[in-house]
Order: sequence, then C-alpha cells, then structure tokens
Amino acid sequence: MELYELTCHELLSKINEEKTSSQQIIRSLKDRIELTESKVNAYVRLNINDFTCEHTHNANSALSLQGIPASIKDNICTEGINTECCSRILGGFKPPYDATVIQKLKDAGASIIKTKTNMDEFAFGSSTENSCFGPTHNPWQQDCVPGGSSGGSAAAVAADEAVFALGSDTGGSIRQPAAFCGIVGLKPTYGSVSRYGLIAFASSLDQIGPLTKDVRDCALVMNVISGYDSKDSTSVNRIVPDYTQALINDVTGIRIGIPQEYFIEGIDPEVKEIVEAAIAKLTLLGAIHKPVSLPHTEYAVPVYYLIATAEASSNLARYDGVQYGFRSCQSRQSLLDMYKKTRGEGFGEEAKRRILLGTFALSHGYYDAYYLRALKVRTRIKEDFDAVFKDFDCIITPTTPTPAFGIGEKSKNPLQMYLSDIFTISPNLAGIPAISIPCGFTKKGLPVGLQILAQTFNEEMLFKVAYTFEQNTPWHLKKPKL
Amino acid sequence: MEYESVIGLEVHVHVKTATKAFCGCSTQFGNQANSQVCPVCLGFPGTLPVLNSKFLDSAIKVGLALNCTIQEFTKFDRKNYFYPDLPKNYQISQYDLPLALHGFIEINTNAASKRINILRVHMEEDAGKLMHKDELSLVDFNRTGMPLLEIVSEPDLHSPQEAYDYLTILKSIIQYLDVSDCDMEKGSLRCDANISLRQIGEQRLGTKAELKNLNSFKAVKDSLTFEIKRQAEILGRGEKIIQETRLWDAKELKTVSMRSKEEAKDYRYFPEPDLTPFLITKEKIDKIRTTIPELPKEKALRLIREYGLTEYDAGILVLDRKDADYAENCLMSYAPADKKPIANWLIGPLLSEAHSLNCGICETGVSPAHLIELISFVEKQQISHLTAKSVLSEMVKSKKTASLIIKEKDLIQISDTESLQGIIEEILNANQKSVQDYKAGKENACMFLVGQVMKKTGSRANPKVVGELLKRRLSDA
Repeated sequence: MELYELTCHELLSKINEEKTSSQQIIRSLKDRIELTESKVNAYVRLNINDFTCEHTHNANSALSLQGIPASIKDNICTEGINTECCSRILGGFKPPYDATVIQKLKDAGASIIKTKTNMDEFAFGSSTENSCFGPTHNPWQQDCVPGGSSGGSAAAVAADEAVFALGSDTGGSIRQPAAFCGIVGLKPTYGSVSRYGLIAFASSLDQIGPLTKDVRDCALVMNVISGYDSKDSTSVNRIVPDYTQALINDVTGIRIGIPQEYFIEGIDPEVKEIVEAAIAKLTLLGAIHKPVSLPHTEYAVPVYYLIATAEASSNLARYDGVQYGFRSCQSRQSLLDMYKKTRGEGFGEEAKRRILLGTFALSHGYYDAYYLRALKVRTRIKEDFDAVFKDFDCIITPTTPTPAFGIGEKSKNPLQMYLSDIFTISPNLAGIPAISIPCGFTKKGLPVGLQILAQTFNEEMLFKVAYTFEQNTPWHLKKPKL
Repeated sequence: MEYESVIGLEVHVHVKTATKAFCGCSTQFGNQANSQVCPVCLGFPGTLPVLNSKFLDSAIKVGLALNCTIQEFTKFDRKNYFYPDLPKNYQISQYDLPLALHGFIEINTNAASKRINILRVHMEEDAGKLMHKDELSLVDFNRTGMPLLEIVSEPDLHSPQEAYDYLTILKSIIQYLDVSDCDMEKGSLRCDANISLRQIGEQRLGTKAELKNLNSFKAVKDSLTFEIKRQAEILGRGEKIIQETRLWDAKELKTVSMRSKEEAKDYRYFPEPDLTPFLITKEKIDKIRTTIPELPKEKALRLIREYGLTEYDAGILVLDRKDADYAENCLMSYAPADKKPIANWLIGPLLSEAHSLNCGICETGVSPAHLIELISFVEKQQISHLTAKSVLSEMVKSKKTASLIIKEKDLIQISDTESLQGIIEEILNANQKSVQDYKAGKENACMFLVGQVMKKTGSRANPKVVGELLKRRLSDA
C-alpha cells in the first residue's frame, strides 16, 4: 500500500511506530496528485512545485493528528493563504486570520495544505460546476459530477489526493458529495463546530464537517474540530465527548426509523434497492427498524431556498469592491456604478440568482409571506424529528435520490439541481447531525450513500451505527481506478 | 389658521464601553484613522459578532432609568443597505423586539411637570466615518461597531423648547448613569427629529418631515422653529406637506430636502442569524436596577426637602451630576440652617464664573470649603457682596483662597465707627449742598454721601455702617 492510500488512523500508527513521517506522507500525496489531479481537478490554484503544508507540532497526544495533512475547502479561512470561495469576487483574498477549526487542527499537529479544494461558488450548488476554476470530476466516473458544494474535498479524499478534508454543509454540501464519491461525510449538530472563519452562505444552517475515508477518521477529526468557541455566539458550550469511544461494532436493539416520505417516486430504483439492502443488513446485525413519518418533508426544499437565499443575500452584501477582493476596473463613474459593475462581473450566475431570490424574499411586503412563513415551517420540520426521536435512536434514508449525475446534465436546470439535495436539507433546517457513508455501488459502478440522522448532539449514535455497518461491509475499502 | 406642532425625537447615544459592541477593538475617540479595527468590525469574510455584555448591561440600565419595561426576550436584526461606511453592508440593530419599551421622562414646562413618553430603546452598532477629499472618498472605520443606543420618543413634544428641554433632561439622566459622555461634538449624542403640524383640536397626525444633521441642541431647536414656519406656510396656502427627510443647514439656517418617502430605502430587516435571540432574567434586571444612582429628578426633590431650595434652584443645580454633587457638598458644609445664601452663590456668581470658563460649577477650581470661607467674609460683614464677587473671580483666576486675596489687597471693610466718623466729617464738610438737600427731605442725598465715603475708602467701608452713622449724624445736626 502506498502512503496516500491510507487513512488518518493508519498513518498515525505508522508515524507512532516511526515507520513514516509527515514529510514522507506529503511527498506521497504530491506524487499521487501529480498522477491523477488532471483527471479530477479537486484542488484550485494548484502549483505542484509549490505543493506544501503548514507544519505544526504539538505533543498533546489525546487530540493528535500529528503529521497528518489536511485538505481545506476554499471557503474556510486560512491565515495568509488564499481563501476565495471559488469566486472571482474574492480573487486574491488572503485572510489575516485562521478559522477556529484551522487553529484547532494546527493545535492537534495537523499540517494544513496550502492549496484549497474546489467548490461551487460560495457553496451555491450541488455539483461543483459553479466554480470559477472549472468543475471537479467524479473520481469513479470522470464524466460525472462529484456532487457539491464540497465536491473538491470529496473527490480529493476519494481519489487518494487527500488523507482527509474539511467541507461545509448548508443543505447537504458535505453528505451529497460524500455519497457521490463513496466516502464518509458528516454534518455535525448546528453549534457543535465553530463557524468562525467559515465564509458564510446561510449562517443559521452552515456547519463545518469532515470528509474522510472511513468512520474512525471521521470521529478522530471531530474530536479535534468540535467544541465551544467564544468567537461564535451560535456555538454551544458543552463538553465534547471522545467520539472514538462510540466506535462500537454493535447495533443490537438500536431502533431505526425509516421515513416513508424519503422513499418517494422519482428515487432511482437502484439507489432504493441498495439502501433497502443496507437497512436489511443492519437488521441482520441486531437493529430494529420501523416505518416512521416526517410529514413536513415536502416543504423542506422551498423552506430551505427561502431561508438560505435570504441569509445569503445579506451575507454576500459585503462583497462590494470597497475593502478586499475584486473591484471592477470599469467602475469610475459613481459609487453605485462601482457596486453594480463589481458585483455584476464578480459573481457567477448561481450566486446572482440566489442573491436576487433572497433579496426578494426579504423585501417589504413579502417578508411575512415568505421568510417569516418559512421560519414557521422550519419549526414544524424540527418538531417532526423531535417526535420520531422520542421512540427511535436514529433515522435512515438514502443520502441522495440518484447516484452522481453527468457533468452539464443539470446545470441548465436549477430546479432539477436543487432536488438533488431533497434528502439532505431537512437535517440542516432541524439542526440535527447527519452522516453519509458508502453502502453500495450501482451497476455502472457509481457509489451510493446511506444517510443516518440522530437527535441534536447525538453524533455518537451516528458513529456507532455507521461504524457497525462499515465493519460488516466492504464498501469503504473500494477505490476508484484513476 | 392655528396649528399645533407634533414632535418626536430619535436620539442616538454612544455607550461608554472599553471595547466595541461586537468585537474587542478599543472605543477611544480621536485616535489615528483606522487604528482601532479588526477583521470582525471590518466585516471580513468568515468573521462573527459576539455581544459585549457591558453594552447590554448599560442598555438595560438606560432602559430602567427611562422607566421602560425591559423585554425578557430580545434579539438582534440586520438592517440591510449599501454604503461604504458600513463594511458588511448591513447594520446589526434591533427591529421588532427591542430591548426596552414604553418608558417616559418628565420635563418642566411653564413651571408644571410634563410627561414625555418613550416608545423604545434599542441597541445597535455605529457605522464608520466618510471623509471626502477632492475626487477621493476615504473611510475611517474606528467608529464602526461602536455600541449605540437609539432612544425613540413618542410624538409628545409640542414646541421646539419642549424638544430642547427633553434633550436636556435625557442627556442629564444618561450622564448620571455614567454610560455615555453625551458629547454632541464627539458624536456621542446625535439626534433626528420628526415634525408635523395639525390644526388645534385635530387628533390625527399630519404628514411629517424627518430632520437630520442636527449637530447641537440649539440646531434641534432652530431647525424645528424653521420647519414649523415652513410647514405652516405650506398648509396656510392650502397645499400639502410632502413626507420627506430634510437636512438642517446650520449656516443658511434652513432645512433642505434630502429624499422623499418614495426614495426611502427598504432595509429588508431580518433576524441576525449570527447572534441567537436571548433571555434577560429578572435577577439580572434587578441586579442592574440596584446600580442606578439617584437621578436628577429625585435629587432635586431631595435638595428641596433637605435644604429648603426652591424648585428653580434645585432644577438648575442637579442637571449635571458632578455639579450636583459639588452643590450638595457645599450645602452640607455650609453651617447655617438657612441655605438660601449659599444656593444664591452657587447659581449666581459661581455659575456665571463657570459659564465664562465654559465648564461646570465643580470645575472652576473653587472648593466648597473655599467658597464657604468667602461667603463667611460677607456674612461677618468684613467685605461687601460686590467685593466678594470680584474676590471670587480672582479665586478662579489665581487659585488663591479668599482670605489670601483679601489680605493681599487689604479688602477688609472698615466697620469701626471711630475711623469712619473722621471720614464722614470730611465728606460732610466737602458736600454741604447734599447735607442741605437731605435736610430738605431728599433721601437720595444720603445715598450720594454714602457713595462718597465708599469712594474715599476704596470701597472698603461697610456701606451699612456708613449709612447708619450718616443718618445719625445728619439728624443730630
């Protein structure tokens, strides 16, 4: 096995046994990237001759990722390293600060790769096609999308171009690409990972989370990045458990709810079959499953697109050419002219579409009908989950209704694209944790993701069920041929 | 046609905190441009606001002092608009659930107390400062993110003078709380005014104009006076008032149209998702209530009760907290039971000294003990009231004590009859005509003779003693 193929925990034991070093791991990754990146395009602004890490050293072994390289999505601030959200409007932006998660990774001894991973501009998208640096390709089939918006992070991990990566998830942006690329992706409970330094898309929905090769790595990374942060008023002050303690190969008596609303018409028959087989497997391993209902599911997509775009329209107002990033050189006439030209030239199509939608939803006379009503339905969606979790330990659904779709297939039809997130949006609206793990492959060889949901701050339940499934199935061991 | 003016004021007050509302930057005034900024107040991507708890405490304190109900459940909202002094292009403010509601303060009009209701008090962050230089516009972000309170009155004010009095009392209360400097020059107190007219007896409000750029209390009063005249003329012609924002031009002494209602911005308020809504416990409110000092109104009542001051004197003495403390110190140290003499000194000669120095009575450099010493010279009839006033001026200028000045200038009154009688004889001899006039019944002639004695003694003679001696001497002869 090459070093680049290994997981964090495998590399950590090798480093511990002094069988390898951080430098060797980086060299191995660099070789791999040189070989495969032209087919994947997972990284942006990559200069292979300058493929380096920020090395940090820390003796705290309890929370150690000592020597492990971390690949970071382009919307998580890294001090002195370009962070552009794959948008022209943030061109050249080098934050003078680290995001809290980056600081935590550094404190744990991880090495931050200076080249960031590709994404949909400002995380607006489900395919990583909306990037000013061009699309990322799915490592399993390069004419397919890797999902999005954290498509670069997911493809890098799947293609062994990264040991692990951080992404952000607002409506499925970690889980959907994890499912499309056959890896593990976790959206933590809202408030468990600091958002400080995550360039906001929709502040009430955004969470940073890991994309990893297996469930143990996911728990290891969560041990490092989660926890209260006084710089983020929405982070929750609670003691972070050691998530690796939840990696127990046993689901005996675990009660799984299967929401009927998620097995609807339009779901790909192969995906349905594979997910049902996965549920059967868990039952075989001792879990109990029953159908449940989440009656407000059908409103999740419209509610999401009102709340997320409304918040985004305000969050993205700061990109005006005044202080940083791109300023149109055509703008000499007036202040308004500078705003218009800078934003007109700096934002991509999807960003403009969402800013317009959100601005409209918040406008005088429409607020009550759209935004306020969406907030109320959001509460109903949360109550749906609370009701189910009274009697169930977790909920299982497909992560996506279809496997990865072709590049260009949905880019002309935004509504079709939005439906790709139909199963991943509700957990963001409810604030609950959700993980996607590989659970099989279609006949064409595309991975299928299994989504597990649990009650707020019960990531341990996700890890337990996901780990048990993983230990009893071979899917996480499969590698794409590149 | 007779109109009633209806005025409501929106007052912005900078809250004194060490750091800004949502980040750790210093709030010091007057430092180099853009020296007190950080990624958070500059609105850099990925940064998040964290509420300064001192700001909240001060806001609650103000709400309580203005007799408002502090809302148990409150939240922040975003007010969205594009402007280069606003780095995020939204301002963190409070919209539909402000911190404090439904308070009031009392002002004195025509010797009667009048209650002015306060609609709301809310917290927000300040914007930066734009400076225009030739073709260039420059921004100073030092002020960006400074904690601000917006205090909105009900339209209960009916004259420019009432508006002026409201501001005076409001400023006084806030200064007592020690939460703001309320210095209009430094921009730590700013005011916008809404004004409309209606026919007397009419209940409905007329169409209003919002007045901005009011840089002093005087500007508030003057602009309102101008606007009342302007609106009355329009209505008098049978025309309609246009709802608009008007700017006060302090040079031309007039208001000019800035933008009409149609051009008004849609701020697209929505709950600030980076700051979760929060509860304010009753315990917290009660705790903050105990930190509220005696406020000007209560202090005035107490001074009236304990020291027998007139309402007018007390009202003047309590406006500034430090001055009030100084005054009370004087009243306490002044031994006689009747406090009127020292009160007169405080709001008379001392206040005019303070005015000429443009400071408070506590800042003239005259300590209560020294003031009382000065007064004691008058009371012991060692110097005249007139002399004492000039001694006070000298005390303020030279920082010397009254006794030293009186000694140096040999100002002690001549009260002993022996030395005065000699001088009186001299004067009588030299002014035989006046003596005749007096005897003929002209009382004024006596005054003239007293004046002559005073002149002769360089104002050091005790005029009362001189008068008595003169009268006795004239009736003898």
